[in-house]
Amino acid sequence: MARIELRDVVKRYGAVEVLRDINLDITDGEFIVLVGPSGCGKSTLLRMIAGLEPITAGDFLIDGARMNDLRPRDRDIAMVFQSYALYPHMDVARNMGFSMEIRKDPTEERKNKVAQAAATLGLSALTDRLPKALSGGQRQRVAMGRAIIRDPRAFLFDEPLSNLDAALRVEMRLEIARLHQKLGATMIYVTHDQVEALTLADRIVVLNGGDIQQVGGPLDLYERPANKFVAQFIGSPTMNVVPVSGTEAGVTIANGKTIALPHLPDTQQAVEMGIRPEHLDVVDPGAGDLNAVADVVEHLGSDTNIYVKVDGVGPLMVRKHGNIPAKSGDRLGLRVRSEKVHIFAPDGTALRRAA
Amino acid sequence: MGHTFDGRIRQVESQPVTAKTNKNVMPGDTRARRSLYLQYLVEPFYYLSPAIILIGAVMMVPLIIGISYSFQSIELLNPFKNGWVGFENYGKLWGDRKFWIALENTFFWTFWSITFQFFLGLGLAMLLNTNFYGKKLFQALVFLPWAVPTFLSALTWAWLFNPVIGPLPHWLAALGILSEPYNILGDPDLAMWGPITANIWFGVPFFAITLLAALQSIPSELYEAAEIDGATPWQTFTKITLPFLAPMIAITVMLRTIWIANFADLIFVMTGGGPANSTQILSTYIFTTAFRKLDFGYASTIAVALLVILLIYAVILLWLRKKLVKI
Amino acid sequence: MSVAARRHPALTIGKYAALAFYLAFALFPLYWLLKIAITPDALIYSEGTRLFPSAVSFDNFRTVVFQTDFLAYFGNSLTVSLATAAITTLIAAAAGYAFSRFDFMGKRIIIALMLITQMFPLLMIIAPIYRIVGQLGLLNSLTSLIIVYTAFNIPFATFLMQSFFDGIPKDLEEAAMMDGCSRFQALRKVVFPLTLPGLGATLGFVFTAAWSELLFALMLISKNDAMTFPVGLLTFVSKFSVDWGQMMAAGVLALIPSCLFFIFIQRYLVQGLTSGAVKG
Repeated sequence: MARIELRDVVKRYGAVEVLRDINLDITDGEFIVLVGPSGCGKSTLLRMIAGLEPITAGDFLIDGARMNDLRPRDRDIAMVFQSYALYPHMDVARNMGFSMEIRKDPTEERKNKVAQAAATLGLSALTDRLPKALSGGQRQRVAMGRAIIRDPRAFLFDEPLSNLDAALRVEMRLEIARLHQKLGATMIYVTHDQVEALTLADRIVVLNGGDIQQVGGPLDLYERPANKFVAQFIGSPTMNVVPVSGTEAGVTIANGKTIALPHLPDTQQAVEMGIRPEHLDVVDPGAGDLNAVADVVEHLGSDTNIYVKVDGVGPLMVRKHGNIPAKSGDRLGLRVRSEKVHIFAPDGTALRRAA
Repeated sequence: MGHTFDGRIRQVESQPVTAKTNKNVMPGDTRARRSLYLQYLVEPFYYLSPAIILIGAVMMVPLIIGISYSFQSIELLNPFKNGWVGFENYGKLWGDRKFWIALENTFFWTFWSITFQFFLGLGLAMLLNTNFYGKKLFQALVFLPWAVPTFLSALTWAWLFNPVIGPLPHWLAALGILSEPYNILGDPDLAMWGPITANIWFGVPFFAITLLAALQSIPSELYEAAEIDGATPWQTFTKITLPFLAPMIAITVMLRTIWIANFADLIFVMTGGGPANSTQILSTYIFTTAFRKLDFGYASTIAVALLVILLIYAVILLWLRKKLVKI
Repeated sequence: MSVAARRHPALTIGKYAALAFYLAFALFPLYWLLKIAITPDALIYSEGTRLFPSAVSFDNFRTVVFQTDFLAYFGNSLTVSLATAAITTLIAAAAGYAFSRFDFMGKRIIIALMLITQMFPLLMIIAPIYRIVGQLGLLNSLTSLIIVYTAFNIPFATFLMQSFFDGIPKDLEEAAMMDGCSRFQALRKVVFPLTLPGLGATLGFVFTAAWSELLFALMLISKNDAMTFPVGLLTFVSKFSVDWGQMMAAGVLALIPSCLFFIFIQRYLVQGLTSGAVKG
């Protein structure tokens, strides 16, 4: 069990700075998800915590002890790799017990622990197989078994589900959530899939271009994104962003309509307004804030996605629960739920009342 | 190998077993270590240093000494003449008729060896890229010459060309190529074809292996797409196979040309450069000068000349490649 | 794939003719070597150019093994080649590992230098090496040959080993390090077992190269009892150039280790141990 702190951590490759001033406190037993587009530095950060990449500057502490100069083996952290990294020449049992074998733990104890972990993960019948004789999901389980057997201070996951098909991914996601509940261990999980992030995390760290954009709980990020990047990165489908001009009382859209935003400060600084597809209501033509023409309509059964064109504003997306009987070419009115609107200053930061 | 360079670290290595039993020990507190960063910088050189030292001592240093020899007179049979002579060796080289003959022979030897090796190798690779019964065994057998030691290839072919115990002169005479079954290795006009034949025999597998690997890396979807688009086999070959092989061909031919120009074993064993220097190439000339005359100064001068020629060749080829290859 | 061969019966016949040509071209010289070696001495001149001998005798082999120095040459060559192969593979494995797994200052320069050693005329250093070896008092010693051959073969063997290491995912070692291995332990317990085919292939290549090297051996060895097989055979040829049967019997013997290693390499190159687990 561990409390993990990152203090002004920097990573440079030569002159290229891939991570800048990373500060993060992770409390004992917390499930943290690092999320961001590819190349944002999330995997690098995870590998620095693991000890697989040296830290250029700053401090990395576990329970107050500085870890920068410890090799991976001395950090007592387990990691699940994207490729699983199972040893091809060892059977499942030996793969799982390898860390104990290396540490010369008693054979009896090792066998018990392997059997126990295999039972937990439903691998008991497969312990004498080689990795190449396993399915993708089974390999994933072995990789997790290898991590839990050590009872480490923290678990790291590097996009562990990205090589699985959609159905297995959901199953393994639940499995990981259950594992966290059961073990109560500190876990750090890297993914580019926001669904994984939102469903698993206690707190999400959004990274972009080597900077932390925002740290917060899943609902925090969804409801109160700190900037335009987070607003558009979190939430599916992506938030609509339209240019506006700010006034004292609210913002004015390109079609001349002003939306009053009494709950937000400094509206005169706003240059863009963000509104999630699910926060636009479909009303009769001419009745709402915007007049739109449906372009493409997707009927998903549980939801309906309507891609619309709005004169002077551009394309927007509307998502409604249930089945809306709209079709391509229909004229619609859209009403903006003003209490759900986000507004952004020229530098992209979200304008909102201090919490 | 990696970590035992310093007593402090060795001490740390011996600890984890005891430290592990007590989970409350903070690793960071008890194990002061050299910075991971420094370790990352130095570590590769533990793995590399034996290779670097050996290559430096046995190849690089002698290479420099060898170049310096070309400006000295070093004749082991005539120790009183030893000393620095400036460019005297190079002047002698310029006026040496044997050198110019050897240079011409080098071109002849290299060009015909590489041409036959390449086309026969390409043919073999294309055959091996198809399916037929017994392919694995066939492949093992046709690649066998590549494993035969070069001196043995040379001797074998020398014997094959010998009319007393070899069939080749008789066959050639029967085909009307030779007027009577005699040993072509003794005929100044034809002698070079002896070592060239041996070289082709020995070198075809190498080209076939390299080109086969390249052929197999061409995605089969491309062939299927071409077939659907209505390409004839010949069009498929010229429009898909060749462009895909081109980069591999270019690099292989270049490296192999240099290798063959340097390759003296076959000629040395089969003809020793004779008769009348008709098979003398630069590398055999270097070797005989060093080995038989023990004239190290002059041998090194020829070697430097060969090196310069190869360098010019490589530069021209790289320049051409840059001009022709757009990507 | 076989677009061309599928169509025409004429093409199929052409293909099999080509296969036959390649097979004959590759094997005929070796067959001839063997044929002369097993032809009884008395028959060599009368049927020297016949395709099949009318009688078979192993006398030549017996003479070569028991009445000449070939057994000693064979032993010398075996010592030199095995030692060269073992030392080279060890050093090249370490260097190839460094190239494959580390990014460090000077890497490009070192790789470039190694490539250069593959290009310049090796004969260029035969004179300096002779003098250095002479000054060290190592002429006519197998040690000098082993050192020289090792250095010659390291660059190629290093690139070969590097390509084998490149084929082993870095994740495996990192996983081992997370599991508590030092880098060296990870190398020994995880990487090494997976790279056995690569080590085997490298051993084979270097052995074959050392076994067939002639010119440096000629230069550095002049004493009969230190001669390697190529030097011994060549000396034998120039001394007794009429004893065809014995020379070819010796040649066949020299072929054996190369062929053994060739079969060995073939077997290992086909084997793909990691493919199953790595592809996911």
